[in-house]
Amino acid sequence: MGVVRNVLDDGLEGLDHNFLTGRIEDLVKWSRSRSSWGATFGLACCAIEMMGTGAPHYDLARFGMEVFRASPRQADIMIVAGRVSQKMAPVLRQVYDQMMEPKWVISMGVCASSGGMFNNYAIVQGVDQVVPVDVYAPGCPPTPETLIHAIETLHQLIEDGEIMRRRATSGAGANVHIQEIPAGITTPVILGSR
Amino acid sequence: MTPRESDTIISAAAGTNEGNQELRSRSELTAKEVMREVGAVLRMSEADAALLAEVEADPGEDQTMIINMGPQHPSTHGVLRLMLELQGETVLRCKPIIGYLHTGMEKTGESLTFMQGGTNVTRMDYLSPLNSELVFSMATEKLLGIDGDIPERAVWIRMLMSELNRMSSHLLFMATNGMDIGAVSMMLYGWREREVVLRFFQKVTGLRMNHNFIRPGGVAADLPAGWRDDVMSILDMLPDRLGEYDVLMTNQPIWRERLQGVGVITQAEAIALGATGPILRSTGLAWDLRRDMPYMHYDKLEFDVIVGSYGDAFDRYAIRLNEIRESMRIVRQILDRVPNGDYRIQDKKVTPPPRARIDESMEALIHHFKIFTEGFKVPEGEVYVAIESPRGEVGCYIASDGSPTPYRMHVRAPSFVNVQALPHMMRGGLVADAVAVISSVDPVLGEVDR
Amino acid sequence: MTTEETATPATLHGCLLGDSRGQAVLFVPKLSYMSTMKKLVDDGYEMCADLTAVDFLTHASRTLPIGVSPERFEIVVNLLSLSKRERLRARVQVSESDPSIESLFDLYPGTEAMEREVFDMFGISFAGHPDLTRILMPEDWQGHPLRKDYAQGRIPVQFKGAAS
Repeated sequence: MGVVRNVLDDGLEGLDHNFLTGRIEDLVKWSRSRSSWGATFGLACCAIEMMGTGAPHYDLARFGMEVFRASPRQADIMIVAGRVSQKMAPVLRQVYDQMMEPKWVISMGVCASSGGMFNNYAIVQGVDQVVPVDVYAPGCPPTPETLIHAIETLHQLIEDGEIMRRRATSGAGANVHIQEIPAGITTPVILGSR
Repeated sequence: MTPRESDTIISAAAGTNEGNQELRSRSELTAKEVMREVGAVLRMSEADAALLAEVEADPGEDQTMIINMGPQHPSTHGVLRLMLELQGETVLRCKPIIGYLHTGMEKTGESLTFMQGGTNVTRMDYLSPLNSELVFSMATEKLLGIDGDIPERAVWIRMLMSELNRMSSHLLFMATNGMDIGAVSMMLYGWREREVVLRFFQKVTGLRMNHNFIRPGGVAADLPAGWRDDVMSILDMLPDRLGEYDVLMTNQPIWRERLQGVGVITQAEAIALGATGPILRSTGLAWDLRRDMPYMHYDKLEFDVIVGSYGDAFDRYAIRLNEIRESMRIVRQILDRVPNGDYRIQDKKVTPPPRARIDESMEALIHHFKIFTEGFKVPEGEVYVAIESPRGEVGCYIASDGSPTPYRMHVRAPSFVNVQALPHMMRGGLVADAVAVISSVDPVLGEVDR
Repeated sequence: MTTEETATPATLHGCLLGDSRGQAVLFVPKLSYMSTMKKLVDDGYEMCADLTAVDFLTHASRTLPIGVSPERFEIVVNLLSLSKRERLRARVQVSESDPSIESLFDLYPGTEAMEREVFDMFGISFAGHPDLTRILMPEDWQGHPLRKDYAQGRIPVQFKGAAS
């Protein structure tokens, strides 16, 4: 620590330099990862576990997620907790669009990640069909420890800058793909017009 | 009171003509008359509502405003959307729009075996999953004809888990209700207590939520060693905490102002709408399926049915708080009465063999294989079984065609029916009261939409 | 449990009364649906616990008492009497060619949401219902999901050599 010579004796003159240098990017990424607030997008059972993670025993506040903001304008991370139905998918997209950059998405639970145990007409098979997802947390529902691990993984990715780099190269945006369900079943299921 | 054509009442000493006011039989009344409906439900399709944004705003004084609450909202207890017609701050009419969590569980249930059905049903009411599993298992057992042969230990374990689930569900109600009214610290306290119960569930069933523990034939596994101490520690910790809630909320003037007289529903309205559970009990009718149409061994236990008198949100809050105390009382009685024995019926066709037997016997291996892949066949027929969940009467209607999967599986969800009472409770109240009303109904959108 | 073979089968209000695993089941013809339900309300069945439907397209050979002709759809109404502490189930046969029936809204306002769900999932319309629109699926959805000729809508899932 060549920076400090003898502060006790010489006061400020005991500092070799009274500037600490660093990159602004690092400072920004550090502060972003340590104070990201979540948007409430609790849908089903995973929402209960998400609330449990915010509860005193598991306490998300110590990781910087002090509050869950209802307004997407004030939130950074959208934790999609629960199964997304056909009716809910446009709402999900709308709330995601209303969030301000930089924003991240954690897909919590298997229903959000892939449709889960409900491989049927009513559930969107993975929210990555609607919004771009950064971290997937498996479990049905994921225990609070799993969710904390997912959030911390996201924080690490934010701090490394990995996500921003990837977004810049891939062009940033949801890969919405519409898949035609092939014949072989009695009645073709027509997905909703929206 | 509906105005009649001829309201002449001739009352004299000689005789009264009450013919015009004679009470018509219930079947002759229309819904409007039964519900005193002055138009509490906003009848507007979603497509029309979407077009409202394009209507020119006319700042006339008596213009009512139709706004949307939800589906993404911190206080709607899930993805419930309410279209409120407001005059200033007063709610005139309301339309609850559901379906944002529709999972097609009844369709999925037709392709899952009866053994797997529990995994499906448990995710409907995700706050009291054991009760959903219980009603499904009871319906399956009734179809199989083994509902009288479930071993005693299994029945008592089911009752224990069901009552603990009621406690954890009501504690969550305390937490969310407190937060919705403004006592945000209640959210922390309620969850703190709930965690202890969830930890017990994890010890017994392996999962904190959505356990798939109660299966047709009994329960999935026996209680672990030391379970009595765990339950006793829960029962020792809770009474003081509930006393704290009384101090923090029940006797507090702000709490009373917020909840008393809010969301009033009359007994006739509640019965007409099919509302059950704390909503019906808050109107003064002591209807509790555990007491009035007992199932399992509830008729052998002593417990009170908590009843309100005004049908308002405060009554529903107090009922749930005291139901936690009653459940603790029931659990204390169950603790002494759980006998030793099998935790599931020994009927080979229904119950898989113990794991150790599979190594020894070829038959056991085949049985295990058949039960877990093909499933056990349930004879043809149809049943409806209902139990008392924390939200009201949860029922399961299964129609079977003799195959290993249900032909039609329908769950009568209490919240689905209770949500219909929302417009009638909210009418004339303020928007802030709307939040209190939704919270007091305590809907779980998973079972509303299935 | 099988019903006893008596000279005349049990009836209630003119409809055949059966038994299913110890539960009383009333087979109501569609024509006398409303009048029978009104009589049941007066009998003391104050609450309609549940109203649902079953599509018997792939199980047309189900057992029904003699005198009840099977149709494709069945409306199942579960009634509850709070005063008598009893339940009664009513089953009404609804044909595929005319999938409609009267609404119980005036008798039991609580059936509003239940009938909307049956309409949404099965396509059976209820005459006299104040607001018969889809309740669970989006309003512009095509098809009625719980019918037996409507596929589950599974997306084929590949695990090895998946294209994406």
